[in-house]
Amino acid sequence: MIGTVLAAESGADGSFPALTALIVIPAVGALLLALVPSSRAEVHRQLAVLTTFITGAASVWVLLVFDKDDAGFQLRDGPTTWVESLGISWDLGVDGISLFLVVLTGFLFPLAILGAQPDKDPKSYYVWLVALEAGVMGVFLTLDLFFFFVFFEIVLVPMYFLIGKWGHGNRVYAATKFFLYTMFGSALMLVGILAIVFLNQDATGVLTFNIIELAESQAWSVNAGRWIFLTFALAFSVKVPLFPVHTWLPDAHTEAPTAGSVILAGVMLKLGTYGFLRFGLYMFPEATVWFAPVMLVLGTIGIIYGAIAATMQKDLKRLVAYSSVAHLGFIVIGTFAITSESLTGSVMQMVNHGLSTGALFFLVGWIYERRHTREIAALGGLQKAAPIFAGVFTLVMLSSIGLPGLNGFVGEFLILLGTFVANPWIASVATSGVILAALYLLWAYQRVFHGAPEGENAEMEELRISEGLVLLPMLVLIVFLGVYPKPMLERIEPAVEQLVDHVETFVPDWDEPVPTLVVPSDAHDEAEAEHDDEAEHDDEGEG
Amino acid sequence: MGELSATWYLLLSAAVFSIGAVGLLVRRNPLIMFMCVELMLNAVNLAFVGMAFGLNDIGGQVAVFFVMVVAAAEVVVGLAIVVAIMRRREGTTADDLSVLRG
Amino acid sequence: MTDLVYFVPLLPLLGFATLLVVGSRLGEPAAGWLATLAIGGSFLAAVGTWIGLVNRDEDDRVVEKIVFEWVPAGRFSVDVGFLVDPLSVAMILFVTGLGTLIHLYSIGYMHGDENYAKYFVYLNLFAFSMLMLVLGNNLLITFLGWEGVGLCSYFLISFWFTDEKNASAGKKAFVTNRVGDWGFMVAMFLTFATIGSISYVDIAGTAGQLSTKVATGIALLLFIGAMGKSAQFPLYLWLPDAMAGPTPVSALIHAATMVTAGVYLLTRVNAVLYEASGWATNLIAWVGVGTALFAATIAVAQNDIKKVLAYSTVSQLGYMILAVGVGAYVAAIFHMITHAFFKALLFLGSGSVIHGMDNDQDMRRYGGLKAFMPITAATFIVAWLAIAGVPPFAGFWSKDEILLSAWDTGGLNGRLLWLVGLITALLTAFYMSRQVFMTFFGRYRYADPDEDEVTAAWSGLVGASTESLELATTTVAAATAEVEAADSPEEKAAASVNLDNAIAAESEARSRVETAREAQRTRPIPESGEPNDAGVAVDFLPETVLARAEHHPHESPWQMTMPLVVLAGFSVVAGLLNLPFTKGLHFLEQWLEPALAHEHVITTGAATKWLLALIAIAAGAVGIAVAFRTYIQRRLDADKFERPVLAQAWYYDRTVSDFMGGPGRRLFDAITWFDANVIDGAVNAAGSAASRGGNFVRRAQSGFVRSYALGMSLGSVALLVWFVLRISS
Repeated sequence: MIGTVLAAESGADGSFPALTALIVIPAVGALLLALVPSSRAEVHRQLAVLTTFITGAASVWVLLVFDKDDAGFQLRDGPTTWVESLGISWDLGVDGISLFLVVLTGFLFPLAILGAQPDKDPKSYYVWLVALEAGVMGVFLTLDLFFFFVFFEIVLVPMYFLIGKWGHGNRVYAATKFFLYTMFGSALMLVGILAIVFLNQDATGVLTFNIIELAESQAWSVNAGRWIFLTFALAFSVKVPLFPVHTWLPDAHTEAPTAGSVILAGVMLKLGTYGFLRFGLYMFPEATVWFAPVMLVLGTIGIIYGAIAATMQKDLKRLVAYSSVAHLGFIVIGTFAITSESLTGSVMQMVNHGLSTGALFFLVGWIYERRHTREIAALGGLQKAAPIFAGVFTLVMLSSIGLPGLNGFVGEFLILLGTFVANPWIASVATSGVILAALYLLWAYQRVFHGAPEGENAEMEELRISEGLVLLPMLVLIVFLGVYPKPMLERIEPAVEQLVDHVETFVPDWDEPVPTLVVPSDAHDEAEAEHDDEAEHDDEGEG
Repeated sequence: MGELSATWYLLLSAAVFSIGAVGLLVRRNPLIMFMCVELMLNAVNLAFVGMAFGLNDIGGQVAVFFVMVVAAAEVVVGLAIVVAIMRRREGTTADDLSVLRG
Repeated sequence: MTDLVYFVPLLPLLGFATLLVVGSRLGEPAAGWLATLAIGGSFLAAVGTWIGLVNRDEDDRVVEKIVFEWVPAGRFSVDVGFLVDPLSVAMILFVTGLGTLIHLYSIGYMHGDENYAKYFVYLNLFAFSMLMLVLGNNLLITFLGWEGVGLCSYFLISFWFTDEKNASAGKKAFVTNRVGDWGFMVAMFLTFATIGSISYVDIAGTAGQLSTKVATGIALLLFIGAMGKSAQFPLYLWLPDAMAGPTPVSALIHAATMVTAGVYLLTRVNAVLYEASGWATNLIAWVGVGTALFAATIAVAQNDIKKVLAYSTVSQLGYMILAVGVGAYVAAIFHMITHAFFKALLFLGSGSVIHGMDNDQDMRRYGGLKAFMPITAATFIVAWLAIAGVPPFAGFWSKDEILLSAWDTGGLNGRLLWLVGLITALLTAFYMSRQVFMTFFGRYRYADPDEDEVTAAWSGLVGASTESLELATTTVAAATAEVEAADSPEEKAAASVNLDNAIAAESEARSRVETAREAQRTRPIPESGEPNDAGVAVDFLPETVLARAEHHPHESPWQMTMPLVVLAGFSVVAGLLNLPFTKGLHFLEQWLEPALAHEHVITTGAATKWLLALIAIAAGAVGIAVAFRTYIQRRLDADKFERPVLAQAWYYDRTVSDFMGGPGRRLFDAITWFDANVIDGAVNAAGSAASRGGNFVRRAQSGFVRSYALGMSLGSVALLVWFVLRISS
């Protein structure tokens, strides 16, 4: 209701390029930040907060005007031709799948800026952070393959500097590893992009980079599609990260500064999963169906493996990093189970993971700030020293564990439910991930928070008001999305169902897996009919 | 002896070029190496002129001008650098000047 | 009136939220009273709902109330809704009733604790979760409550978290429960994948169409969940450790409510169990009765008053699972209700004892407490008689129903089930009697020194006498020196007398040391229950013993004893719910009928029924008699029963811990090593290969102008040759 009012008032039928603004505002903000002289340190932070707040507000506005019954791309901005001879255009759009990722980005960036401060050179720090937002928004919004690649690669640069300059001990190694590993993964993607553009040109005579046109025409052979899917899949697998190309993540997450970790875990990992949805299911449906068993297995391995590795970590932040591998494993299997329930769960879980793991990284970062150590062995008894801090940590931890009533459960449950309909064995094995999640998180909590605090642990400072205010919106959402996820699910569903239909259309011998028995009401009628027949027979028998 | 055809020019050019090439490879004194480079360039000039004469094509002679300009530029810069280095340290050979290594 | 059901979980939820925000400001005891009022109001709402249901026709007693749509996605849709039917109403009545009593008890029990308000926050949250579990109209809401109670159990077990043991026990409970939750979740998926819905009404309606395989799968998976929550073998490990929490928590959560959730769940889906293969339900019955026997044997050798009750709970839950396995759901629910009363009473009573005995939980230190805590003792004895299966107390009727149902399934299988159940009943009577006799009867043993303390005392005595011997020896030496140093004969004579005296004193001291050493060697250490004839002088007893001698056990305040009395009353009369004599007295069975379509019907003859009942009573009597002879009359040797293997719980827990800490941990370490060294090693190897390759190629950049020149000339010669060849071909 609010949506239609706002939409009507602002003329969201194309006149105001809201989506372009989402990219331009942070970009301009970064530029302005670069122009402000280094002597005015306070201005940098304020300007960064202001820019990201405006972007965040704009993304919330997009959420409100989003029409929940429309399955296609809304608030379409373009296509405006940019390089005519190459078919590249500026085309932005948001649908049920990318909507919440955009909102998550707009939501997390201001919090990341508010929740952590750089210890040196604030100007560059904020420039990189705000520029990063522009890049990430671009990935989620663009409907042009060329721009997708540009934005996908461009986000690596600010992240590299953020980790490499403001990070912890092993930062240069971690930043370089992150950059090279991810870039190596996406190197072939460019080849893949050019391949499909030219294959499409051969078949249809039109040279275009537009995602919608390419996906709807599917102008390549089955074999070509599979090979090209592999090139895309490699890039996304590294980004997600999928086992076994995941080893950049523990280092990058652990050595990054707090804001970097929050954004990396909260938003940047989703670039990969979003890529799988958009370019796996949408662009290469046949290849996705063909490769699905492999990806399901790899995802399941990731869930179990990530959890086991997390259990044995001695560094608290590294533990949270490995837990990300496990959680993203769930999202991957949800994506490749290709049922509407599992896909809806995947999209929701992308947001959930961003909230819960983002909050966890904040909390771990604040522990590090106070105690200058992330070693679990050096911490202990913190619940006695800082009970409110412990309480907040508990709530976020429970969301990560997947306690019903909180957001993490809804996503996880839908993913596993949908996966079970498609492949019961994978789902059964993946469900054991919930046991392991409880194991490593509770064990870590016990070692860090329970027990009697000694020495410096006993004097650890309680949660500050400023920190609490940064976490509060995330906590509210964690509870709200767990209790009443319906508004979110309603908006994701149409796009997801359209995606499943798209796969059914383009993959001839594949149909969405269905629950095998009939719907209860039909069963009831059938059973009654049976009984009536029996009764009749009895009567006849006796008569 | 035959007619003064282009062949003789080419032969002379080849000889001078070889002398220059071998000199460049064998000698160690930078100034001598430079002189050998100049020898090679001029041998090429000779070849161009000879062919221009033989094929009656003025293009070859135009090319000579290009080569001469390039040679002059190169001498100005390169010789200046070499002389400057040699003034710094007496008796340096090309083998000693290996600072720009990988 | 059935609309009142909304208040049933709502009030505790509001209590939780209020106390979370303002609890610490309300402080003691206001926070406790607020929480008790919340659950008390919930109880009244439950009664109202019950009345509302009673007023309906018998065929109209299934009411579904939807609050809102919770998770719609694709073809899946689940609501937050309540299923008001006889089963859920029966459950909420005793959950809220018992909950109110235990909240009240806690007000007194938790007096003085620094986290007083937080305790009630968790307790109210627990009540809310348990009520959602029971009232939910679909498997997912039940699962919400299921995990919620697990969470609150975690919080409450590790309530005194500064002690590592408590923290570890809480974590163990949650993780072990999660193993069971795996089964529950997969069961939900399987149900959706075959029926397309997970609401109970739909399940009950379409259960008949499920293939046997699927029904068996769902049944067994849900049973795995029940094994975790209701502490059956092999997932019972967490329950004995859970005794680390405050005793009212043990009473409410780990005796009466949370642990019964598994039984409730299986009863709820009885339609599916009916469709499952016979071997599956038989397996359920055998796991139940096996666990019952297993736990009963362990309880025989436990010395901690709460551990006995913990294993007893596991054992009694085994009975309920046995009943479910043979299809006697009414019997299971009946026993659940009676067990809730007397087990909660036993726990609360033990809490009262612990409270009065300065937090000492070792029964070997008790004895004769009946004189000091009359109300506690009296109510405890009522509960004892109930659990031992002495008619007319409640436990006899419900246990008998179960045994009868087991016998009635017929064949060798049924007889064996009955036999194992009977042996367990005997053991139950035995260990419970042991507990009562050790605690309330006999001699007051608290001030007795135990073995270590006696040894310490004797060492002290020997040490002291040795010291005085040394002193005497020194005196002799001094006197001898004096004699030699004496000049005059008078001094010499005086010094000689001194010397003689000193020698005499020394030999006396030596003989005293000999006596002390002899006594230390031969004096028997007093056995518990025997008069204290250690004869150790009070001076040498350790401080701990003297402190205990000062202690005066006392009865608990009214907030604690009143619930005991109320529960004792219920333990006496609860049998009336479902007396077996005539059909007309089967109140519970008639009430639950709409929810239980597939109740097992007893076909045994009346004579056999009487015979079985008499045998059961006899078994109970034997158990009590043997315990009497061992612990009161001291004619039988207790060590024959209290074997180490039983005290160590058949070494099962230790085996699991050793495995998890040993090979389990090593496996995890190996995987982490693999990740860091093999997979990451490959990545780093790629990096170092690139850099080594670069180093290798770098050698071509020697800086030697002449080698560059050589390279160029060779290259240009090669090119020339190639061009010439191409042109000529």
